[in-house]
Amino acid sequence: MSDERKLSDVERIKTASRNLRGTLEESLTDDVTGAIAEDDTQLSKFHGIYQQDDRDIRAERRRQKLEPAYSFMIRARVPGGLCTPAQWLAMDRLARTHANGTLRLTTRQAFQFHGVIKSRLKATVAGINEALLDTLAACGDVNRNVMASPIAAQATAQREVARWADVLSEHLTPQTGAYHEIWLDGARLETDAAEAEPIYGATYLPRKFKMALVIPPINDVDIYTQDLGLIAIIEDGQLVGFNVSVGGGMGMAHGVRETYPMLGQLLGFITPDQAVAVSEAVVTTQRDFGDRSNRKHARLKYTIDDRGIDWFRAEVARRAGVTFAPPRSVTFTQRGDARGWLEDDEGHWHYGLFVENGRIGDTEHQQLLSGLRAVAEVHRGEFRLTGNQNVWIAGVAADQRPVIDDILKAHGIGTGVSGLRLNSMACVGFPTCGLAMAESERYLPELIDAIDEIMIRHGLDDEPIVLRMTGCPNGCARPYAAEIGLVGKSDNHYALFLGGDFEGQRLNRLYRASVAEAELLEILDQLLRQFASGRMGDERFGDFLVRSGVVAPVLHGSEIHEEAA
Amino acid sequence: MSLPVQAPVSPESQHELTALAGGWSADQQLWASGFLAGMAAARGHAAPASAPALKGTVLFGSQSGNGQGVAEALASAGADLGFELRAVNMADYAPARLAREELLFVVVSTHGEGDPPDDAADLWSSLADPTGPRLEQLRYAVLALGDSSYAHYCQTGRDFDERLAARGAQALVPRVECDLEYQEPAEAWRSQVLETLKEEFAPAAAPPRLRAVPASEAYTSARPFPALLEVNQKITGRDSSKDVRHLELSLDGSQIEWEPGDSLGVKIANPASIVDEVLEAADLDGDAVVRLADEETSLRQALTGEREITRLTRPVLERFSGQTDHPDLTAALADSSELAPFLFRHQVVDLLREYPLALDAQTLLDVLSPLAHRAYSIASDAQATGSSVHLTVARLTYEQFGRAHAGAASTSLADAAAGGEIPVFLDPNPRFRLPEDPATPVIMIGPGTGVAPFRAFVQRREAQGASGKNWLFFGDRQRHNDFLYQVDWLRWRKAGLLELDVAFSRDQEDKRYVQHVMAERGAEFYDWLESGAAVYVCGDASRMAPDVDQALTQLVQKHQARGAEAAAEYVQQLKRSGRYKRDVY
Ligand code: SRM
Ligand SMILES: Cc1cc2nc3c(=O)[nH]c(=O)nc-3n(C[C@H](O)[C@H](O)[C@H](O)COP(=O)(O)OP(=O)(O)OC[C@H]3O[C@@H](n4cnc5c(N)ncnc54)[C@H](O)[C@@H]3O)c2cc1C
Ligand SMILES: Cc1cc2nc3c(=O)[nH]c(=O)nc-3n(C[C@H](O)[C@H](O)[C@H](O)COP(=O)(O)O)c2cc1C
Ligand code: SF4
Repeated sequence: MSDERKLSDVERIKTASRNLRGTLEESLTDDVTGAIAEDDTQLSKFHGIYQQDDRDIRAERRRQKLEPAYSFMIRARVPGGLCTPAQWLAMDRLARTHANGTLRLTTRQAFQFHGVIKSRLKATVAGINEALLDTLAACGDVNRNVMASPIAAQATAQREVARWADVLSEHLTPQTGAYHEIWLDGARLETDAAEAEPIYGATYLPRKFKMALVIPPINDVDIYTQDLGLIAIIEDGQLVGFNVSVGGGMGMAHGVRETYPMLGQLLGFITPDQAVAVSEAVVTTQRDFGDRSNRKHARLKYTIDDRGIDWFRAEVARRAGVTFAPPRSVTFTQRGDARGWLEDDEGHWHYGLFVENGRIGDTEHQQLLSGLRAVAEVHRGEFRLTGNQNVWIAGVAADQRPVIDDILKAHGIGTGVSGLRLNSMACVGFPTCGLAMAESERYLPELIDAIDEIMIRHGLDDEPIVLRMTGCPNGCARPYAAEIGLVGKSDNHYALFLGGDFEGQRLNRLYRASVAEAELLEILDQLLRQFASGRMGDERFGDFLVRSGVVAPVLHGSEIHEEAA
Repeated sequence: MSLPVQAPVSPESQHELTALAGGWSADQQLWASGFLAGMAAARGHAAPASAPALKGTVLFGSQSGNGQGVAEALASAGADLGFELRAVNMADYAPARLAREELLFVVVSTHGEGDPPDDAADLWSSLADPTGPRLEQLRYAVLALGDSSYAHYCQTGRDFDERLAARGAQALVPRVECDLEYQEPAEAWRSQVLETLKEEFAPAAAPPRLRAVPASEAYTSARPFPALLEVNQKITGRDSSKDVRHLELSLDGSQIEWEPGDSLGVKIANPASIVDEVLEAADLDGDAVVRLADEETSLRQALTGEREITRLTRPVLERFSGQTDHPDLTAALADSSELAPFLFRHQVVDLLREYPLALDAQTLLDVLSPLAHRAYSIASDAQATGSSVHLTVARLTYEQFGRAHAGAASTSLADAAAGGEIPVFLDPNPRFRLPEDPATPVIMIGPGTGVAPFRAFVQRREAQGASGKNWLFFGDRQRHNDFLYQVDWLRWRKAGLLELDVAFSRDQEDKRYVQHVMAERGAEFYDWLESGAAVYVCGDASRMAPDVDQALTQLVQKHQARGAEAAAEYVQQLKRSGRYKRDVY
């Protein structure tokens, strides 16, 4: 358990931080800079806050002898993606008054604000808390926003799963009082006793930790990419337990073979009353055995890969005091969200709203921000953020539907979207993400315009294909679990990954290490032509590529680097 | 020729000397004696005078160093003629000595709103005391430095003149008043003074003296050095309401050497846009032929390179008024409290627009005065930047009479392309220097472009490894856009070299300025003063400097806790001891 190797620098900072306080308060009042102290930039993440700078003008600012144009990204945790209209309105207001005028729905069903300057940080975090959401542990080496399928044909199943998402999220939330002290003006809501971190300990986890709950057959949370996945087993509309999947994860580095994505492996089946103990045991096992010396090797997927799934199953079973039953069989059919109106078994209506890359703002053609604000003002149900960066306007009475329809129409929302676009995602990337190597969110829409033309040419107009783009290999839009994965390499250049499946049960494989748009379109043109003529029945694109031998299937994540052709 | 027996040189040297000079004409021998005396003087040995030399004192009261330069030039020219003239800062001169002076020269500028320079304040108040001793024995001359765009033009010089006369002293030559371009009238005054001295007091066997001219003085406003513009970089952010430029100029080949605190005189041609406006307002053709210094040139060329076409001065207004007799102009000229605001409000082009006159090209040229230079604080220390000198230039733009206006020099500089040449000369400011002792703590207050010299200061302190602490107060509109040289200050702060406090007026509801931050940090500020810190202020003269001055006095009063009078005295004492220095404009 203890390791002779030198601890990573973040471990030093965590240890010295007095439960994540560091010098954040001093940093916030230091008015000579828009930044916070270097060590504090690590700690702020635990509070849901990332220091960033506008990379579009980074070089210009350097010439101007001015510090980079610092601002902060704030992530608000929304367990299960459920939020009330009042909360939506609060987020909308903060986006307009304190951030850059947009709201960003994330691939983990959370909200992000971009462009919050230091002097507005406190007010923004306070505003989020007033709305009864928070930012604590939205980032950092802890359990992140707990995802859960936001929609299901059976309403009770959805409610049950949402409740468990809440319970688990609550259970794994850090107890530090630092958050309240710093952001909510000293109002210490926790007692000193609570200050000890019963689950995490003083140095928290070796790395971020992610969990999700899914309701088959729709894998809209990409369950096998999670550190911990609970797959709901529904019988007769009732939740009877979970299949437990562990050790999924996406992040890697280009060409670094020691880093690779993994899909989760099953520990077995548990009953709902065991969910808390098992989740905690997974977390504490990772806490105690995860690699704290090398952050590139610290995720649960490596811990399990290094020691074996059997060892891990035994350790968790011991800690949780459970015996894993054999997993139940489940089937997944898709990952993307449906669009438009959908009725559940209790007669509630839900409107699936496509939000391109999760960015909610107002443009000339479509006023998403204003439109959703207008919806929130009349909506009596709730909003449910999806793992595909979209949102459900959920729980609408039948007679309210026309009202919502009118509002959306008046704001240019809800026009045609191709099957490719609907199943696509791009991470944030430039200009805010400090790790981006190429454009992502700002570029994917126009790239899809071009690919859509090719699709039309091959008669694939509405063929759904899971296409995901990220600005770097960290994989925030889970690109290695896509049929077409584009991962930023350098300006205008992407590594192309092919051959993942539609449902999220097979990783893709590197196909070209670096392509620019022209070459990419040429490759896709050729493969889509083959697909159109050679597919069997309603075979999916990714499956076709594997069956026809264009790419060999990846059986273990570490194979992903081996170029297909 | 045989040398005196008691000559302090060996017989061999005497022999060589005789051999060398034997064949020279009397003139040559006379020159050589001066040359040798000069060599001796340069080593600190004055030639023994055959008769006791006439002694006199050249007092200077100078804020930015102009007056000091004039005073020192007079003293040294006097010495050349055998007069023993000593240039002395008024701050170092005990007023009681006046009673024993026989020959006194006063070179003094005017600052504030007609106030004496800091260093002249004490002497001035003692002279103003009507119960002071009579000065019948005293002959004197006053050179007043000033700027005719101020209401109280050369007020301090006038006051000195008046008080000396009232005490019974007799003027040797009439007072001369100098406007911003002071060099020429100052030289004329010096010649007049020296001529009069020669006439009235036979000089002690005056050996002509060769004096090495420091290279940096070789370049003047009239004869600037063409510096290569290496960098012209806007250093305000893209959303700034201001355009401030960081310029780097190569002085390679000029041998100009500067000290932190000095300014660079820049004499740059007027921008075409302003020349065009002036031509249009005057309804004249730029191609019209005019005579300038006996040569023919086009009006456009003359306005571009030879004339001051933005700033108005009293003489220009007088000449212009002479052409029209417009009651507004006569009124402005008649009332000194009206004049300054009038001159400030109107650029040349405004005068032409508001009081249209059918001037011919030549008359316009003759009404205007020669192109004046502008001073810019040097923002770099040679030890850090080699021979390249950094300036921090704010492009001046403002609205007046419903039109956009621009400043001439700052526009030309801001628009100058790297690779071009900018005519410059050193404008030294010996009154604004870092403390001699590197252990002395330094407090710098420099909002806006006032921060420029402090960049040179801290560079020097860093290079020196100075043990004294440094503290900068900076202010501007927005931190994000207007924090000039932010990266440098942050680096120095991180290195533990700099204490940094800032006030950004537009970053919060209430306007916040450096004086507010000084007050907030008053206790520490006072501690620094008590431990010997020197305070430097640079930047805006009209509002910032008085506000900072007041804040300083108030924080002293609060933390010294001995009342207003003691605080005023404390600050006065800071000035007297050279620990409170200002370079404001
Ligand atoms: C907003 C979001 C992408 C989006 O377009 O929605 C996002 C954005 C960022 N991610 Fe992520 N990640 C987001 C989901 C993911 C996912 C997907 C998921 O969790 O299902 C992954 C892959 C799964 C995984 O963790 O393996 C992911 C893997 C990473 C990694 C790589 C982790 C690794 O183990 O290698 C980093 C970098 C790191 O942690 O060192 C990262 C880091 C980042 C940062 C914070 C960059 C940074 O560290 O400075 C990005 C902020 C960009 C910006 O300007 O907003 N993000 N990130 C997602 C926010 C989710 C949330 O609400 O919590
Ligand atoms: C010792 C010293 C150091 C200096 N250091 C610096 C420095 O480091 N950086 C720097 O940028 N400047 C510095 N200056 C100021 C600089 O010398 C110039 O005065 C400044 O650049 C403006 O010159 P200009 O030729 O652009 O404007 P000008 O053409 O001289 O125009 C100025 C005229 O415009 C009018 N005017 C100006 N402002 C207004 C207004 N708001 N409303 C109405 N009329 C107005 C007035 O008539 C004024 O006379 C310094 C000055 C001194 C004396
Ligand atoms: C802030 C400031 C205020 C001034 N006020 C006056 C004034 O009231 N009257 C005047 O004639 N000159 C005024 N001047 C002009 C100076 O007297 C002039 O620049 C002079 O050449 C400075 O000489 P010095 O360097 O020896 O101090 C002022 C200059 C400055 C920078
Ligand atoms: S994938 Fe890379 S570029 Fe995209 S948001 Fe994540 S860290 Fe940034």
